[in-house]
Amino acid sequence: MSAITNPLSETSAAWKLPYRGKVGMACLIFAESAIFTIFVVAYLFYIGKSLSGPSPKEVLTVPVFITICLLSSSITIHLAVRALRNAKTRLFGIWWFLTLALGTIFLAGTGREWHKLIYQDGLTISTNLFGTTYYSLVGLHASHVTVGLIIIAIVMAFTSLGRVTPKYSERLEVFSLYWHFVDVVWVVVFTVVYVVGR
Amino acid sequence: MASDSIAMNPTDVSAKSITEKLHEWVVTVDHKRLGVMYILYALVFLVIAGTEAMIIRIQLMRPHNDFVSPQVFNRMFTMHGTTMIFFVVMPVLFGFANYLVPLMIGARDMAFPRLNAFSFWLMAFGGILLYFSFIGGNGLYGAGNAPDVGWWAYAPLTAKAFSPGHSSDFWTLALLVSGFGSVGTAINIIATIISMRCPGMTLSRMPLFAWLNLVMAGMVFLVIGPLTAAQLMLCVDRYLGGHFFDTQAGGSAVLWMHFFWIFGHPEVYVLVIPAFAFLSEIIPVFSRKPIFGYPVMVGATVCIGFVSMSVWAHHMFTIGMNSYANSFFAITSMVVGVPTGIKIFNWLGTMWGGRISFNTPMLFCIGFLFQFLIAGLTGIMLAVAPFNWQLSGSYFVVAHFHYVIVGGIMHALFGAFYYWYPKITGRMFNETLGKLHFWLFLIGFHLCFDLMHIPGLLGMPRRIYTYEPGRGWETLNLLVTIGAFVQGIAVLVFVANLIISYFKGAKAGNDPWDAWTLEWSVGSPPPEYNFASIPTVASRRPLWDLKHPEDPDSRYE
Repeated sequence: MSAITNPLSETSAAWKLPYRGKVGMACLIFAESAIFTIFVVAYLFYIGKSLSGPSPKEVLTVPVFITICLLSSSITIHLAVRALRNAKTRLFGIWWFLTLALGTIFLAGTGREWHKLIYQDGLTISTNLFGTTYYSLVGLHASHVTVGLIIIAIVMAFTSLGRVTPKYSERLEVFSLYWHFVDVVWVVVFTVVYVVGR
Repeated sequence: MASDSIAMNPTDVSAKSITEKLHEWVVTVDHKRLGVMYILYALVFLVIAGTEAMIIRIQLMRPHNDFVSPQVFNRMFTMHGTTMIFFVVMPVLFGFANYLVPLMIGARDMAFPRLNAFSFWLMAFGGILLYFSFIGGNGLYGAGNAPDVGWWAYAPLTAKAFSPGHSSDFWTLALLVSGFGSVGTAINIIATIISMRCPGMTLSRMPLFAWLNLVMAGMVFLVIGPLTAAQLMLCVDRYLGGHFFDTQAGGSAVLWMHFFWIFGHPEVYVLVIPAFAFLSEIIPVFSRKPIFGYPVMVGATVCIGFVSMSVWAHHMFTIGMNSYANSFFAITSMVVGVPTGIKIFNWLGTMWGGRISFNTPMLFCIGFLFQFLIAGLTGIMLAVAPFNWQLSGSYFVVAHFHYVIVGGIMHALFGAFYYWYPKITGRMFNETLGKLHFWLFLIGFHLCFDLMHIPGLLGMPRRIYTYEPGRGWETLNLLVTIGAFVQGIAVLVFVANLIISYFKGAKAGNDPWDAWTLEWSVGSPPPEYNFASIPTVASRRPLWDLKHPEDPDSRYE
């Protein structure tokens, strides 16, 4: 067995490969992008094809505030991970909590919007094509936000118990990639649903 | 070389009860055990889906046959197609990738062992879910009802009105669940290859097997993503009253076709690229020459990966696209033949002037070369839109893609089974039975699928339940059925060989083929930790360097 340790090569000293967590997350993001792309294509394809109302123009309002919240959470999570890498655990906790709060505001905002659409405007997923595509696309994104928030909340719980130490910064950085991805998807969804589709 | 690593493996098989052993297998996160489980799982489904094919063939053996009812016939071809693609070929390829990639790149396991186990069980659960429909799927007549909408499940067949009960939901959920498993495995393969290579194993020294599986795994994301999205939409339609594919509310049935084939066509390449990977390992070893044109092989594979993403609508020429779309998809479909042709020439170049030994693995690879070429040629015929208008949905198409999958992928798979059987089990297979398997299968294959082209050209549509006599289809269909049964017998010989050799085969030793990649440097079967010390490599053929220190490959790199 030791014989296979070939004396011919001296490359082993400088042998460094990318961190598997980051590679894995990049792959997951790639796969998720494919799923979202199909939903976005379906949304674009069905714009204006509904046979009955209500139409996007009548019922949708641009959700500026929650968009700002979600996009800001990308900055706070970045600052949180950086703080943890520099072993500033308290600062990490503050930024992490802010991320959790901003994400929750976004989700609550989406919930309020849906509540209005369902109970005031009478738009459900089975009303027309707009309803079907709108709730599917925004819902798919919101479900990703929910998954992210659950993970953030778990980390928050561990933080408050004092269990999160700088040695986990690499893992949390991998998670932050996911969160950034969710934000980028929102930029696309926002453009498609509230700008192009309205 | 690695006898000490075998000795280090304690003889732990002595005093364990069956339940303990079973428990070990169920909770394992070892890539080799998971690989073996993938392969065995696929073999079970191969027998099931093969039986379904036999039922189809018996039904079509003569005109006006009523071996099964039309309803059962629909279920049979739906389940045959779905099972073969998702629960036979995908898992068996993932099984080989799982087993071999870490060994070939000098790693002790996959990058995420637990994700690996999770992915396997998801896929296993998906298969069970699909087959549970036979007893649990409440169908039209209140009896058990398997999916019967064809493996494309075109809208509006899957709408609640036309597919009552839950049979289509079993189909949807089974594919959704196993799709998540596929994505998990693909993530694992890529992360393993990018991040777990042993020192010296640069990308340009990686065995082609690893390279091709890297490309395959990358394609899985682009393939399974659209499928998952389309299945989610179908769920929304069926459960929540959505209108994605509901033409009465402005939805589009054609959109489903696009989404399905955006998955469906590149999927063929997801299946065939690992077959290419097997060939790229087996042919050099049995030709006693290094692979011809390594960088070109890698480039051609990546090229296939890209081009195959833009060919899907050649499945849809008959739905009436405009002439620009027809031309585009006809041209891209033909272009994909170029890198594939490059590969065929590279394998021939590897064999050219080599000392070829015609062992069973090599025989299957040579069979692949011939049959895959013919499959590619009928593929180019079908890529010509006007020709396709005549023959789309006929038995010519069925013959074409079975030529790809059985004549190509299955042959490469059988080759891989024989080639790595000694490594996985530690025993040599029976060469006589192997050759018998090869020749029986070859004869059965050509009898079945060569002749199947002709009823297609004569106008026999695919998926018909039965046909009128006097159209010139009877004799051909009878011969096709006989060919199918010869193949079935050949597969039984194969399974018998696997089982007999496992108990009676000669000890294989570490390296029965005098091969060059790292998996042959460790014991057969390899110890749980693979490598006692992580190897260092200096060329594409590390074991050649080791066996020929006077003239190592590394001198020329």
